[in-house]
Amino acid sequence: MSTKLTAAIVGPGNIGTDLMYKLLRSDVIEPRWMIGVDPSSEGLRLAAGQGLEATHEGVDWLLKQDVLPDLIFEATSAYVHREYAPRYEEAGIRAIDLTPAAVGPAVIPPVNGQEHVGAMNVNMITCGGQATIPMVAAVTRGAQSSGGVSYAEIVASVSSMSAGPGTRANIDEFTRTTAAGVETIGGAQQGKAIIILNPAEPPMIMRDTIYCAVSPDADRDAIVASIFAMEKAVQEYVPGYRLLQEPQIDDPSPATRGQTKVSVFVEVEGAGDFLPPYAGNLDIMTAAATQVGQHIARSVLASGG
Amino acid sequence: MSDINTLERTWSDTQPDSGLDLRLTDTCLRDGSHHKRHQFTAQEVHDIVEALDGSGVPVIEVTHGDGLGGSSFNYGFSRTPEQELIRIAAETAKRAKIAFLMLPGVGTKDDIRAAQDNGGQICRIATHCTEADTSIQHFGLARELGLETVGFLMMSHTQPPEVLAKQARIMVDAGNQCVYVVDSAGALVMEQTADRVAAVVAEIGHEATVGFHGHENLGLGVSNTVIAARAGATQIDGSVRRFGAGAGNTPLEAFVGVCDKLGWRTGIDFLTIVDASEDVIRPAMPEECQLDRMTLMMGYAGVYSSFLKHAGNAAERYGVSGAKILLEAGRRKLIGGQEDQLIDIALMLKAEQDKAAANS
Repeated sequence: MSTKLTAAIVGPGNIGTDLMYKLLRSDVIEPRWMIGVDPSSEGLRLAAGQGLEATHEGVDWLLKQDVLPDLIFEATSAYVHREYAPRYEEAGIRAIDLTPAAVGPAVIPPVNGQEHVGAMNVNMITCGGQATIPMVAAVTRGAQSSGGVSYAEIVASVSSMSAGPGTRANIDEFTRTTAAGVETIGGAQQGKAIIILNPAEPPMIMRDTIYCAVSPDADRDAIVASIFAMEKAVQEYVPGYRLLQEPQIDDPSPATRGQTKVSVFVEVEGAGDFLPPYAGNLDIMTAAATQVGQHIARSVLASGG
Repeated sequence: MSDINTLERTWSDTQPDSGLDLRLTDTCLRDGSHHKRHQFTAQEVHDIVEALDGSGVPVIEVTHGDGLGGSSFNYGFSRTPEQELIRIAAETAKRAKIAFLMLPGVGTKDDIRAAQDNGGQICRIATHCTEADTSIQHFGLARELGLETVGFLMMSHTQPPEVLAKQARIMVDAGNQCVYVVDSAGALVMEQTADRVAAVVAEIGHEATVGFHGHENLGLGVSNTVIAARAGATQIDGSVRRFGAGAGNTPLEAFVGVCDKLGWRTGIDFLTIVDASEDVIRPAMPEECQLDRMTLMMGYAGVYSSFLKHAGNAAERYGVSGAKILLEAGRRKLIGGQEDQLIDIALMLKAEQDKAAANS
C-alpha cells in the first residue's frame, strides 16, 4: 500500500520547478508528473532528469491518462486555473492553487493550515500574503482581549527579477487578493496591500512591513510575544523568514488616527532550491504550498483514503 | 528664423488650436501633498485651483502625494479623502483640466474609475523607470474610459537614456499618449536631462508627446526644465512656489517668467500667477520648501524626494541623523514607495549609535 500521495505540477516555470525540488524531499507526496505546454521548457527538462514524467502536451494529456494524480499543484496563471479547476474536481483530483485565482478557500499554513484539509481546491493567495498575513494574524491574537486589529496594511518589496510576467500584467490582482486575505485570514477589520518592485543590483531579498492599528489599551507584551511565536512558526517551513527588528509600537496620535500602531519588519530569504535566495517571495509560496499539500496528504493517508 | 530659443517641438504640433508652445501642469495639490503631509483641506484646494485656473494654468494635478490609494500608514493618511478633493477641484476649475496620479501596486483600476467619476480628466500613471510593464492594464483601462493619459518614468536619473526609451515604448504601446522623464530625486544635471528627453523623443516622439518633471534638490529645477524643452519635451510639470516633495518642484511661476523671456507661449499670465503664489499658495504651505542639509542630501545621493518628511519623522522618533538615513536610503537603492524601509534604517543607525556609546 502506498504511503505517499501522487502529485502533478502544472506549469514548469520558476515556481513549478522550485516546488518540484521541495516535493521530492516530502515523505508524504511523490511528484510524478510535470506538465507544460512548451517543448523547449527548461523546467520540463529538469523534471525528466529527476525521473518525473514530463510532457509539453498540457493538462488535457494528463486528464486522459489511466492513472491520475491525487494532487495537482497549479503553477500557471489565474486565468488557466479558473478554466481547469472544475475539470480537476470532476476527476476527483485535489488542487493546491499557487495562482491568485482564488477558486478555493485561502490557506496560510501557520494560521489556518488544518482548516481546509478536506477541500477539493485551496488557494495560496499571493507571495506577499504568505509573508505578511501570519504577522497580521499574530497581532490579532495578541490583541484579542482589546478588540483585535481594526486596520492592517502590508508593504511587500520584492526584487524586480523575481516578479514574473503574471504578477506584472495584473498587479491589481495582487493588491486585491492580498488585502482580502489580510482581512479574512489575518483577522483585520480592514486590510490594505502595497507592492513595490525594486530593480536594484545585486537583487534585494524580499522585505515586508506589516502595520497594524490596535486599541490604545491593547496588551503590548502579548502582541510582541505573539509576533515572536509566529516568526518561529513560519521558520518551520521557511527557515529564512526573520524579523529584521524588534516589533515597533507607536503611541496613539493623529498620524495613527488615534490608534496604537504596531510595525513589524521581516525579511524572507529563500532556501535556494532552484530560485536564487533573494527570491524569498517565490520560496515562501512553494514552501507554503508544500506544507499545505502535506497537511492534505497526511489527512488523506490517515483516513485510509 | 532659427535660434536657440526656437523650440523644435511644441505643444501646438499636436494641439494646433491650443496656441501653446508648452503645456504646463501645476502639481502643488499632488506633489505638494508630501510637503503638506497630506493635510489639504477642501477650502485650500478650492482656493488654489481657483487661483491657478484664473492664471491660465491648463492642467492642475490633485491627488494624495503617492497617488490614488496613497492614504496609508506607510505614506501618511489624508486629512480629506482625495476623491473629494478631486471633485472639488473639478467643480472649481473653469478652464483647467484636472489630472490625477496613480502608482500600480498602490492604487487600483477602481480608484481610476472613481477619479473619473469625480471629474478627473487626465490619468497620470507612474512606475519606477524600469517597471513600465506594470502599468499596461491601467493605461488600457484609462483609454477605454476615454481619459487622456500620461506615463511617469520615476527616478529617471538611475537609468541611461536608452533604457528609458525602451520603457517609454512599453507605455506608448499600452496606449499611453505622453511619457514624462521624471527626476524624482532632483539628481539630474542639465545635459543628463537633455540626453534622456532626447532619447525618449527619438523612440516615441512621432506617436506621443514627451514631458519633464523636475525637483529642486540641487537647485536645478528651472535649468533642467529649460533644457528639457529644448530637447523636445512639450509637457512640463512644476509647482507654484516649489510646493512639492524634497526641496520642491520646478517653481512654476519662475518657469513661466523664463518662458516669457524666451518667447515660449504657456498661456499663463506671469503677474497673475506671481500674485497667486504670494497670496494663495504661500498661506496654504506649512513652510517654504527649502534647499537645506536634508534636501541637498537627496539630490546628491539620488533619493526619492518624498522620503524627506518620513526620514525626518524616523530621525526624530529614534534620535538619529536624518541626513544619514537619506544617505543610507541612497546606498540601499530604495525606490519610490519604500518609505517603510526608512524606519528599518533608523533602527539600524540607532543600534550602531547605542553600540558606539556603550564602547566609549
